[in-house]
Amino acid sequence: MLKFFCMVFFILDKLFLGDEMRNTKYDKIANLHKAPENRLKNAIIAFFSGGVMGFLAELIIEVFCMYLHISRIDSATLMIMFFIFMAAFLTAIGIFDKLVQVFKCGLLIPITGFAHSITSSCLDSKSEGLIYGIGSNAFKLAGSVILYGVVSAWFFGMIRFIVGGVG
Amino acid sequence: MTFYYKHVYLDDTATIVGPYEKKGPLHKYFDKTYNDLYFGKSSFEKAEVKLVRDALVMLMKKTGLKKEEIDLVIGSDLLNQITASTYGCSGVGKSFIGVYGACSSSVLGMIIAANFIEARFINNAFCIVSSHNMTSEKQFRYPTEYGALRPNSATFTATGAAASCLTYEKTKVRIEAATLGRIIDYEQNDPNDMGRVMAPSAIDTLVTHFNDTGRTPEYYDLILTGDLGKYGMEIVKDYLKELYQIDISNNYNDCGVMLYNLREEKEVKAGGSGPVCSALVAYGYVFDLLKKKRVKRVLLLATGALFSPLFVYQKENINSICHAISLEAI
Repeated sequence: MLKFFCMVFFILDKLFLGDEMRNTKYDKIANLHKAPENRLKNAIIAFFSGGVMGFLAELIIEVFCMYLHISRIDSATLMIMFFIFMAAFLTAIGIFDKLVQVFKCGLLIPITGFAHSITSSCLDSKSEGLIYGIGSNAFKLAGSVILYGVVSAWFFGMIRFIVGGVG
Repeated sequence: MTFYYKHVYLDDTATIVGPYEKKGPLHKYFDKTYNDLYFGKSSFEKAEVKLVRDALVMLMKKTGLKKEEIDLVIGSDLLNQITASTYGCSGVGKSFIGVYGACSSSVLGMIIAANFIEARFINNAFCIVSSHNMTSEKQFRYPTEYGALRPNSATFTATGAAASCLTYEKTKVRIEAATLGRIIDYEQNDPNDMGRVMAPSAIDTLVTHFNDTGRTPEYYDLILTGDLGKYGMEIVKDYLKELYQIDISNNYNDCGVMLYNLREEKEVKAGGSGPVCSALVAYGYVFDLLKKKRVKRVLLLATGALFSPLFVYQKENINSICHAISLEAI
């Protein structure tokens, strides 16, 4: 009797679980040889490089304020333009991607990452010409950010309007 | 499915590589190296076409065959519509076949050519594969200048072109047998860990080859997989030992690991990949070993991930395939 049950179980097992069992076995062995990833180290580097970027931004704002005799708000705008330009320029001469490998995502999180994604897409597609290349590919990576940024801005604006009214 | 050949020989090979492979440990086995990824052309795609052209011209020079004396040219690469091969091979040979098996194309091309030669339809055939790091980055991943952080399991597409001439006339190296693989789906879907995706196909083809031929790993002096990387090759060793009780650790290596100095070239991460990766090691280094009779029998397993970004975004698994060819020094 026991033998019979064992056999039925064995056949059912083969029929329904055969491949499944093999795959989990494979995953088990493959998981033993996963590439080690030092996420904590990356995060700490990104934390500090991001912090240094913030510090630099503040410094540039102060410098613009002092030497160009403009308001803090105007100075901040100029600083953002300066950062965007620098990111685009460093991408164009092929340095920015190497800097990211060293300083991690701290360099990508601010507006620089956005400029970098657009410039790199443009560089990539320049061989296909102005229309089919640069024109249609410039926002390949940045497009999602722009689209969902605008959409979410609209939603939050509506919420603000409904809750707080105009003004 | 395994085939045996009696009259198919490897006449000569030509290998052209880019700057990253030039820094690797096998650089002295390559025929021509370049320092710039553009190879003097205006775009990376045109650069890859130039690579193919260069390899063909070099092989014609080495074998002494003229354009119109080549019976068949088999080309493959990773570009959409395998354009690097079709543009690079235009005007060469009496006939052309373009094949696509992702990174397994190098061996796939050789098997097709060997079958034609064994059947006496043709006398000689050129098999050429190419890949370019930047064109495949552009096609499969991010823009080339985009600084996306890659995980340590990621592999690095090799830049280069490798061509081989298969012939009916006797030479020092014989193609003795080949095993065509099948498509394997082990429900893997991480495009940044190709070693893990392709290891099952390498295992499947290797086991099929051993079952069909009745051979053991000791029969070969060297068993090489194409581009599994350093983590993928560990999976192959372990899985074969655990499930099939086959121990290949004594004479097994991976072309992706051999092609680069993994410690010094940090951007390579887990190892090289691309159709040319296995071809460069086989046509450059292994062919030299076979000619000098330092090794007698080599089994080359080219692994390929049949990967399309589109299907990964549509939440499909990545399939893989692996073809094997056995080379023998005589």
